Amino acid sequence: MLRFIFSRFLQTALVVFCLVSFTHVTIRMIPGNPFADEKAMQPHLRERVAEAFGLNESFGNQFVSWWSNVLTKGDFGLSTSLFGRSVNEILTSAFPVSLTLGLGAMFIALMVGIPSGVIASLRHNGWIDYGSMILAMVGICIPAFVLGPLFQLWIARNVSWLSSAGWERPADILLPALTLGLAVAAYVARLTRGGMLEVLSQDYIRTARAKGVPGHTIILRHALRPALLPVVTYLGPAFAAVITGSFVVETIFQIPGLGQHFVTAVTSKDYFLLPGLVLFYGCLMGIANLIVDIVLTILNPRLREA
Amino acid sequence: MRALSVILLSLFSALLLSCDRRSNVAIATEENILVIGNSNEPKGLDPHLVSGVLESNLIRALFEGLCVDNPSKDGVADKGVAKDWKHSEDYRVWTFYLNEKAKWSDGEPVTAHDFVFSYQRMLNPRLPSKYADMLYFIKGAEDYNKEKNPDPGSIGAKAIDDRTLELTLRGPIPFLPEITKHYTWYPVPRHIILKFSGGDPATPFTGWTKPGNIVSNGPFQLKDWKIKHYIEVERNPHYWDAGEVQLDGIRFLPISNSYTETRMFLDEQLHMTYTLPPEMIPYAKEHVPAMLRQEDYIGTRYLRINTRRQYLDNVKVRHALACAIDRAQICKSVRGGNEKPASGVVPPFAGYTVPPGASFDPERGRQLLAEAGFPNGEGLPEFKFLTTDRDVSRRMAEAYMAMWREHLNINVRIQQREWTTYLQDQYDGAYDLAGAGWIGDFLYPTTFLDMWTKDNGNNNTGWHSEDYEAKLKESENSIVPEEKLQLLQDAEKIFLADMPIIPVFWYTTNYLIRPEVKGWHPLQLNNHPYKNVSLKRN
Repeated sequence: MLRFIFSRFLQTALVVFCLVSFTHVTIRMIPGNPFADEKAMQPHLRERVAEAFGLNESFGNQFVSWWSNVLTKGDFGLSTSLFGRSVNEILTSAFPVSLTLGLGAMFIALMVGIPSGVIASLRHNGWIDYGSMILAMVGICIPAFVLGPLFQLWIARNVSWLSSAGWERPADILLPALTLGLAVAAYVARLTRGGMLEVLSQDYIRTARAKGVPGHTIILRHALRPALLPVVTYLGPAFAAVITGSFVVETIFQIPGLGQHFVTAVTSKDYFLLPGLVLFYGCLMGIANLIVDIVLTILNPRLREA
Repeated sequence: MRALSVILLSLFSALLLSCDRRSNVAIATEENILVIGNSNEPKGLDPHLVSGVLESNLIRALFEGLCVDNPSKDGVADKGVAKDWKHSEDYRVWTFYLNEKAKWSDGEPVTAHDFVFSYQRMLNPRLPSKYADMLYFIKGAEDYNKEKNPDPGSIGAKAIDDRTLELTLRGPIPFLPEITKHYTWYPVPRHIILKFSGGDPATPFTGWTKPGNIVSNGPFQLKDWKIKHYIEVERNPHYWDAGEVQLDGIRFLPISNSYTETRMFLDEQLHMTYTLPPEMIPYAKEHVPAMLRQEDYIGTRYLRINTRRQYLDNVKVRHALACAIDRAQICKSVRGGNEKPASGVVPPFAGYTVPPGASFDPERGRQLLAEAGFPNGEGLPEFKFLTTDRDVSRRMAEAYMAMWREHLNINVRIQQREWTTYLQDQYDGAYDLAGAGWIGDFLYPTTFLDMWTKDNGNNNTGWHSEDYEAKLKESENSIVPEEKLQLLQDAEKIFLADMPIIPVFWYTTNYLIRPEVKGWHPLQLNNHPYKNVSLKRN
């Protein structure tokens, strides 16, 4: 197991390194200037700004010193779009918010997705099955920028204790988590249903039924565990994606999370914030995938032998 | 399973119980805190490093200059840090007497030396300050900033004593108090900046403006700053006029999506929005007419022409393009606010009459085009029209495109670029025609006219004129206010005769404001002094 974890760690580190290096190169290549705004900068001042951010050095030197600062000091550098703010500061202020929202969204996704998938599989080809799967398709198809404003107009405007947007009160998590979570719930429901249908047709389930094991025990103890394997595979990357924030949901609901930074770092050509965010996201994705692999081996004994 | 239900139920009940059913506005009003939308996360709070409108809104709450805006009258300079001022007969030497009660928020006195330090810092050629040219009114400022003279002491800003500041200007400027209301003229805390910069005031991005570090001299001080969440300011107990400050605090929300901002306002989460998207104006007129404000704003929307390009270097072609723009139609159908069709680059305001310039006259446009050798647009290539990736920019570009095609048979292709690329393309001269806008810094025509001089970085049209610059210079050297304005009008006539830009409309501000907010009057610069704003509580 340790060898497996170690080899996975090395693979992830290599992928993340390539990803971040690629980001470093592309952010410099896209047109535009990180310091351009409505007011023109005088030529002699451009050099001063470049000096202040170390951009007067060759790209190779900047690249090496960025990586050495990251690896030795955990320092991701200064943001070029938010003056005087370090990338570390931005990450530590935004990540807890995205994490909270992401956990809320995953909670909703699992609480809605798994039961509806199970019920749909038990009422296979019945109206509950069709109904819930149509709903799931709708959930997958309706984008967050439609669903979010609809929730704001239909729910927040009519419920006094819910706000349209903002991140002030505990209840402010409900609508964005619902918007973010329902799309994931829809996938989870479809995967659960598929997994359940496959497992329910297996011989050992028939044997359990023949032995007189009660229905709910068969479902919860014998069928659900193997049926959830595809869900778990999906959940790893989905979880990493959800907790690193969604630009659309965060903008619509005015939430100070990582998703907003991801997009504004690109549009404002932030030379250090974007690689920092990509590195952070890459590591999270790697960790999530590693956890998924470990959980899969626990859930599925056959994988352990392999 | 039962345990899980119990946990879920208790979580949900806790969530419900924790909720205050009053709206955010009701709670904030009760706490005497103004909650307003402020468009986006500020780039920073250092008055010497930022250049945007949203940053200026925050800086005006935190800092104060020699003079301040009057809460309800345009062009009136009220007392700020300066309790009195006088000028020489030729308006070249100004003496400001500082209020002895003026203090920084840490209790240290605000002195004339702080002002001298601030001006020297902003003009320091090693500090990347884009707005340094706002101080070029001071004698020697431009030379020091452009490294022609290395001595900061050569700048015409002297502290006679702790409470007396003497400014020597490069020419007669009767409207200097108006200019000192701009945040580039505010003092910055010398003792704090030197502490965080290791003694070198020209070190940028040092973090002296972070919460816990920053010290300011305005009616409010920084209480909290959560990135992309909010910035909250609270009363500054050391402010010299603290008794007049009505609010206990202001919370600025960086809401970048204006539709979200509108929904938050309608859901009683904000006292005031930063803006109102054009599409929402009809809705606001129907549902919340009493809360909708549409006020004149000192800004001009125009089309920049790259006069270095073939065909566009022909003044008749430029005039023909200008004649084909139906400005009233753009204002009515595309903008939907109260924007006014613009005939010139300087918006009308007290004392200045805009000379006759651009107007909608397609017949004359066709005639000019024929005179230029392109009858019915024949022989002209397809021009590229550069604009931003915003929806409203695209709609305006489509309207111009349709008008040029209909009236002149000229084809234009729209190039939408995201913000920084759009700006850089203009700085690089990589465009034919571009949609653009300019907001004035102070109420005087030069804020719109100075940028079209030869070496100005904001010109970007390739156009310049010695006659035009001579008129500007002549106006600057005149000491008779009426004559100064007349000469500026003459300069604008020269500018419009060459038409390096096509004026389209003069801006208005469209926003929503709740009836609880008092003391927020229409101001052309939209710089509202927060100390006079109050909230009506039940």
